[in-house]
Amino acid sequence: MSNVVRVGVAALAACLLIETGAALAASADNGKKVYMAVGCWGCHGTVGQGGVTGPKLAPEPLPYEAFSAFVRTTNRAMPPYREPVLSNSDLADIHAYLEAQPKAADHKTIPLLNQ
Amino acid sequence: MARKDSSPNVDRRKFLAGVAVAGAATAVAPKVSAAAVGAAEKKLPSALPPSAQQIAAEVGTPKALAQATRPDGSDFMVDVIKSLDIEYLPSNCASSFRGLHESLINYGHNKKPEFLTVNHEEIAVAMGHGYFKVTGKPMMTLAHGTVGMQHACMAMYNAWCDRVPVIMVGGNHLEASMRPPGVPTFHSAQDINALVRDFTKWDDTPLSLNHFAQSFVRAYKIAMTPPYGPVAIALDADLQQEPIKNGEKLSIPRYVPTSPPQGDTGAVKEAARLLANAERPVLVVDRTARTPNAIKLLVELAELLQCPVVDRGARMNFPKTHHLSRAPGVIGQADVIIGLELADFWATVNAWIDTGEGGHGINESRIKDDTKLISINSSDLLTKANYQDFQRFQVVDVHMAADAEATLPALIEAVRSAIPAGRKAAIERRGEASRKAKAEARQRNLAAMAVGWDASPISTARLTMEVWAQIKDLDWSMVGSDRQMSGWPSRIWPMEKHYHHLGHSGGAGLGYNLSAAVGAALANRPLGRFSLNFQPDGDFMYSPGALWTSAHHNIPMLTVMHNNRGYHQEVMHVQRLSNRRNRVAALGKTTGPIGTSIEAPDIDYAKMAQSMGVQGFGPIKDPAELGPTLKRAVDAVKSGQPALVDVWTQPR
Repeated sequence: MSNVVRVGVAALAACLLIETGAALAASADNGKKVYMAVGCWGCHGTVGQGGVTGPKLAPEPLPYEAFSAFVRTTNRAMPPYREPVLSNSDLADIHAYLEAQPKAADHKTIPLLNQ
Repeated sequence: MARKDSSPNVDRRKFLAGVAVAGAATAVAPKVSAAAVGAAEKKLPSALPPSAQQIAAEVGTPKALAQATRPDGSDFMVDVIKSLDIEYLPSNCASSFRGLHESLINYGHNKKPEFLTVNHEEIAVAMGHGYFKVTGKPMMTLAHGTVGMQHACMAMYNAWCDRVPVIMVGGNHLEASMRPPGVPTFHSAQDINALVRDFTKWDDTPLSLNHFAQSFVRAYKIAMTPPYGPVAIALDADLQQEPIKNGEKLSIPRYVPTSPPQGDTGAVKEAARLLANAERPVLVVDRTARTPNAIKLLVELAELLQCPVVDRGARMNFPKTHHLSRAPGVIGQADVIIGLELADFWATVNAWIDTGEGGHGINESRIKDDTKLISINSSDLLTKANYQDFQRFQVVDVHMAADAEATLPALIEAVRSAIPAGRKAAIERRGEASRKAKAEARQRNLAAMAVGWDASPISTARLTMEVWAQIKDLDWSMVGSDRQMSGWPSRIWPMEKHYHHLGHSGGAGLGYNLSAAVGAALANRPLGRFSLNFQPDGDFMYSPGALWTSAHHNIPMLTVMHNNRGYHQEVMHVQRLSNRRNRVAALGKTTGPIGTSIEAPDIDYAKMAQSMGVQGFGPIKDPAELGPTLKRAVDAVKSGQPALVDVWTQPR
C-alpha cells in the first residue's frame, strides 16, 4: 500500500470516527470549554444540572446519537446548534464533558436535604 | 370650623389651635399688603412716635427671628396626612416640596409619617410596594415634579401591574409667573401627573387646602379599594408655603374604607355548580390573598373540593405544605379551572414557545378543548388602554369582575350546597391521590437539588438549603423574589404564612427587588421577624442605594446575593437568536454574549455593602464556605443590622 493510499485510508477513518463514533475520541476538557463558549451553561448550568430554564443534562446524559440528533434539529424553545455554530468534534467533546460528570449523591445522604 | 365628620384621631385640633394662636398674633403685628400701605399714607402724618413694641424692637436684643404670623398651608397638609395613619414616607428630598418636608419633620415631629431618606425615587416607591405586602397598609412618597416623578415611573408601573397601592405626591411650581427661575422651572410642568396617568388609578392637582384634604383622602380611599393601585397628587409649591388665609374654614374628610366588590350571585352559583360536579377541578391563584384571611378561605374551598391548587406566586396564597398545593402540571388534566385574580389567564392555560417560527414563536394550549374556565378578577374593573399589562385575551365561561377574596365566602357556601351527596367519596379519593402525588414530587425535587451539589459557582439549590439551615428556627420572612433561583425556596420551604413569600414586582421592571425588600423588612422590624432577601445582581445595580437606606434607618435584613454575573434572561435570548441565525454568539471578554454579562471587572458586592454601612461578606465561591459565612451574617442581622453575603451562583 502506497503512502498516499495509507494517508487516504487514515483520513477516511478519521472522518468516519468523527461522524459516527465521535464520542469515543472526544475530549471532556475541550468539551467543558466549548460547553461554556457556546452557551449551554446558560440554560442547563455549568455542570449540566438543569433548572427551570432547561432540563438536566448530566450526570448520565442521553446516548450520543439521541443527544446529537436533538441538538442539531430541535425546534422548540432550545434553538438548534447546527454545524456552522458547533462542529461535530466539539459536539462530541461536550457530550464527553457531560458523561464525565460524577453521579449525584443520593439526596437522602445529604444532611441539608433532610432538614 | 370643626366638622363632625372629621376623624377623632386627627391632630386637627392641635392644628386649629395653631390657627387661633396665629390669629391672635396677627392682631399684634398684622401683615399689611402693599395696596393697604398706600391708602394708609394719606391719612397718617409723615412721622409718628414709636410704639412700645417698636422701641423694644429697635433698641432691645431680639430673642428670636420674627415668626410667621399664621401657619403655612403645609402644616395643615401634615394634619391631613396624619389623619390616615401613614407610618412612613420614603423620599428623596427636593425644593418643590420643601414646605411640606419642613412641616413633616418639625410641625409633625417626624412621626406618622416618619420621613425616610432614600437616594432615588424608584427606591421610595418600591419600598412602599414591599411594605404593603407585609402590612396591608400603603406608604406615601414625595417626589420632585418632573425629574422625581420620572425616576419613580418604573416603580409606579410595577405597583400598577401588581395592584399595590402607593400614594405619590409630586411637588410642582405650577404658577409660571411666580415660580423660581432656572432649575425649578426646568423641574416644573403643566401636569406632572401626566407622566404616570397611564398606570395610576387616579390623580389630582389640588388648588386649595380644602381641595388638598379632599383629594388626599380620596386618593387614599381609591388606592385602597380593590383592585388596589397607585395614585398621584400634584402638590403646588405655593400652596404649601402660603399662609392659611384668615378665617379660612378648613376641614379633613373622615376616611371610611370602601367595601370590595363581590361576584354576582348568579355567576357565583354557576361557578359552584361547575366546580361541584367536576371530575378534576383545579384552583389557580395569583394575586388572590389580599389579606391573611384569604389563605384560610382558599384552604377551606380547596378542602371542600379536594382539588389541586396551583399558586402562580404573585402573593403567598396557599400553604406550600398542604397536600393540595401542586405544581402547574395538573392544569393539563383539569376539566374545570377556576382562576382567582390571575395576572395572566391566557398564559395559565396556554404556552408560548419561543421557537422563532415566523419570527413570533408558536402558541400551544395546555388544556383540553372542553375544559370549562371560571375567572374572578378585580382587575377587570380597571383596565386602561396604553400599557398592555392586561395580557392576551382569554375566553372564559364564567367571568366575574369582582374581588376574589371578597367573593370566596359566598363561593364556598355555594359549592358546599352544590356538591351532590353521591360525589363525596370520589372527592375524598381525589384528595388522597393529590397527597401521594405531592409526596412523590417532593422526592423528585430533592433528588434534583442534589445534582451539582458541590459545584462552583454554587448551585441555587445548595444556596437555598444552606440559607434554610440558618433561618429555619426563626420567624422568617422572604422579602425578595426567588423567581430567578429556579424558585427553589417556594418549591421546598414550608411556606405557610402570608409574609413567608411576597411575590414579585408585577411589571418585571428591574430595580424592584432590593428596594421592595427593604420596605418589607421595615414592616417586619417591629414584629421581630427575620427578613431574608435573595438578591439578583442585575436588579441590585439599579438601586444599590436602598442598602444605604437600610443602614441609615437601622432596618435589619439579610441580603444573599444571587450573583450570576449577568442579565441572565438576556444571555439566553441573544444565544437563542444567534443559533437560529447560524451565528456563533460573540462573547467579547465575558462569559455571556456581548452586552449581557456583569463581569470584567467583577463587582464586589460585599465592599459595596461595607461602604454603605452594611456588614458585607464574600464573595463566596466554594460551597463549603457558605454555611459558616451565612451564620455570621445571620448573627449580624439578629443584632439589628443589615448584612449582605455575596455568593457566586449558577445562572438559575
